[in-house]
Amino acid sequence: MNISRRHVLAVGSAGLAVTLLPMPAQAAVDAGELIARFTGGAAPVDGPLTITAPQIAENGNAVGVEVACPGAKSIRILAPANPNPEVCTVHFGPRAGSHMLSTRIRMAETMDVIALAEMEDGSFVQASARVRVTIGGCGG
Amino acid sequence: MISRRHFLQASLAASALLGPAASGQWGRLAAQQRLSQGDLLDFDTFGNITLIHLTDLHAQTQPIWFREASVKLGAGAARGQPPHLVGADFLDHYGLEHTSAMAHALTHLEFEALGQAYGRMGGLDRIATVVNAIRADRADALLLDGGDTWHGSLPALRTGGQDMVTLMNALGVDAMTAHWEFTLGAERVDEIVSGLPFAFLGQNIFDTDWNEPVYEPYKLFERGGALVAVIGQAFPYTPIANPAWMFPDLSFGIREERMQAMVNEVRGQGADLVVVLSHNGFDVDRQMAARVQGIDVILTGHTHDALPEPLLVGETLLIASGSNGKFVTRLDLDVQGGRMTGFRHRLIPVFADAIAPDPEMAALVAAERAPFAEELAEVLGHTDSLLYRRGNFNGTWDDLICTALMEERDAEIALSPGVRWGPSLMPGDPITREDVFNVTAMTYGAAYRREMTGAEIHGAMEDIAENLFHPDPYFQQGGDMVRVGGLGYRIAVDKPMGERITDLTHLATGAPLDMGRAYTVAGWASVTQDTEGPQIWDVVSDHIRKQGRVHVPENKTIEVVTG
Repeated sequence: MNISRRHVLAVGSAGLAVTLLPMPAQAAVDAGELIARFTGGAAPVDGPLTITAPQIAENGNAVGVEVACPGAKSIRILAPANPNPEVCTVHFGPRAGSHMLSTRIRMAETMDVIALAEMEDGSFVQASARVRVTIGGCGG
Repeated sequence: MISRRHFLQASLAASALLGPAASGQWGRLAAQQRLSQGDLLDFDTFGNITLIHLTDLHAQTQPIWFREASVKLGAGAARGQPPHLVGADFLDHYGLEHTSAMAHALTHLEFEALGQAYGRMGGLDRIATVVNAIRADRADALLLDGGDTWHGSLPALRTGGQDMVTLMNALGVDAMTAHWEFTLGAERVDEIVSGLPFAFLGQNIFDTDWNEPVYEPYKLFERGGALVAVIGQAFPYTPIANPAWMFPDLSFGIREERMQAMVNEVRGQGADLVVVLSHNGFDVDRQMAARVQGIDVILTGHTHDALPEPLLVGETLLIASGSNGKFVTRLDLDVQGGRMTGFRHRLIPVFADAIAPDPEMAALVAAERAPFAEELAEVLGHTDSLLYRRGNFNGTWDDLICTALMEERDAEIALSPGVRWGPSLMPGDPITREDVFNVTAMTYGAAYRREMTGAEIHGAMEDIAENLFHPDPYFQQGGDMVRVGGLGYRIAVDKPMGERITDLTHLATGAPLDMGRAYTVAGWASVTQDTEGPQIWDVVSDHIRKQGRVHVPENKTIEVVTG
């Protein structure tokens, strides 16, 4: 029987139990305030930061987002319309081979996902991607 | 130096010269009862490669009526551009004679009267005749199927698409891509694909676990001394527009970067011609053609558009071959030393009364239908009105389905999906069980009944309108606007989301839709798993049987505003 890696892993992952802890929802904070929290008030500029996300989420419970920024010391991802808008912060050590991260975000609604990076020289860069979360249907 | 784009424009000008002259002639020929197979298939073989494009057949094996859209608005830059021209604007843009055979095939104008003159279109046995005639000119012509093939009829539903697989294998397809095929469920698709004698392509289909490609992205063919690459692009929003639970391990998306990588890869392997067999939809393909470099031809699909000549984006030809078997595109190309230097194109209208059925295919089709012959032929009633669906908003078929939902399911409001498939019926026609399946058949056809507040209904309509009228084609997600019954509204298509839908009126009372009140809503084609209710074709059949004759007046309760 020919079983592809895809199938083996799909079967394997069924044995895993994942527990998601409920997080206390924060009061709504606007994107500018969220950005300032990371930059300490400095205005981010355009830079070598790329964010890759689907135009329309296939599944709002797991939206794949990839962020890359050569020369970044750290990267933060924001989902401003989520109850917990600060998705993650990743720090890169001096020996980091590549400065990128890929994760899946649960998204409550359509929003601009924002990526921020702190560069070696202490400056900040920003990029965003619009991701639409829709009820779907109406096949075409 | 003359640019390649200049060559392509010269080819376009030549085909434009052919187009109106030929179609004008068909108009006169038909008036003289001489619309002939020879006229329809006449083609001066050109270059060294021939592509045959067929797409969005929706399992229609029989000649059908299919009224094209009278409202097909483009959003953003696409407004007023092909394929969003309809009626007289369309004919004038392409220099087609009004009331000609092509005018009937391509527009809604005088559909009933011209239908009497020109007859039905399509039928897989006629398509086989067209394909065989092209192969007689060029034996190694590539036949490319853009998908939405294994779905849309009673036999296809009952056999899990097997009837269409058998028939398309007999037709001799070289490659296909897909969309509605996945509503058969991933396991069934894999079962079929494992036995397909041709390539099932989708560069944009990945697994959700490891984000790895699932199907072959492209196939290379040697034709006419050149290497032809065909890259498949499945419908990017299949898991959003259709029930993702039926293929939970698959992820789609436009994946433009990978498309560019695949183009580069096949060029690196020596491809002289790069063809994308696409189910993106026309506006998405137009945008992709402008952003991805190195594609020679995009064979478009999904949006059911038919264009009498290619649309040139940069140096990429966009071909639109219609739906439901009405048309077959023949595209002859001259490809030398890695460059497409010219083309000759014809959108061949499959007029069923003029093109002789291929006897072998006719026999195969009959054999596939035989197990269901009695049910297919059952006459449920008759229609006094033209029944059609195609268009941005409610067609008469949709109004009939919505009325059936409200009456049979005792609901105040009905919702019906804005799919583009579903042939038409002429006034006076019997309505058979087959006809009802042709506009409803699907693997998730349960007719639900639930409560929704006015605000929920409004929110859903805004969401769907955004999917249709977003000015960026990459955000356009699926079909046309949801069809509504028992509800009137005004839509300002160019407004942002949340501001398009106003003046929602509960038609039974004439009162504004109460945002806070719960209404009983009946609908079908929910993408939610375990939706309960009778199958929609049974609901509609019951309604028609009770009515005997149906009369569906023109819908005047939806006001469409642009600007």
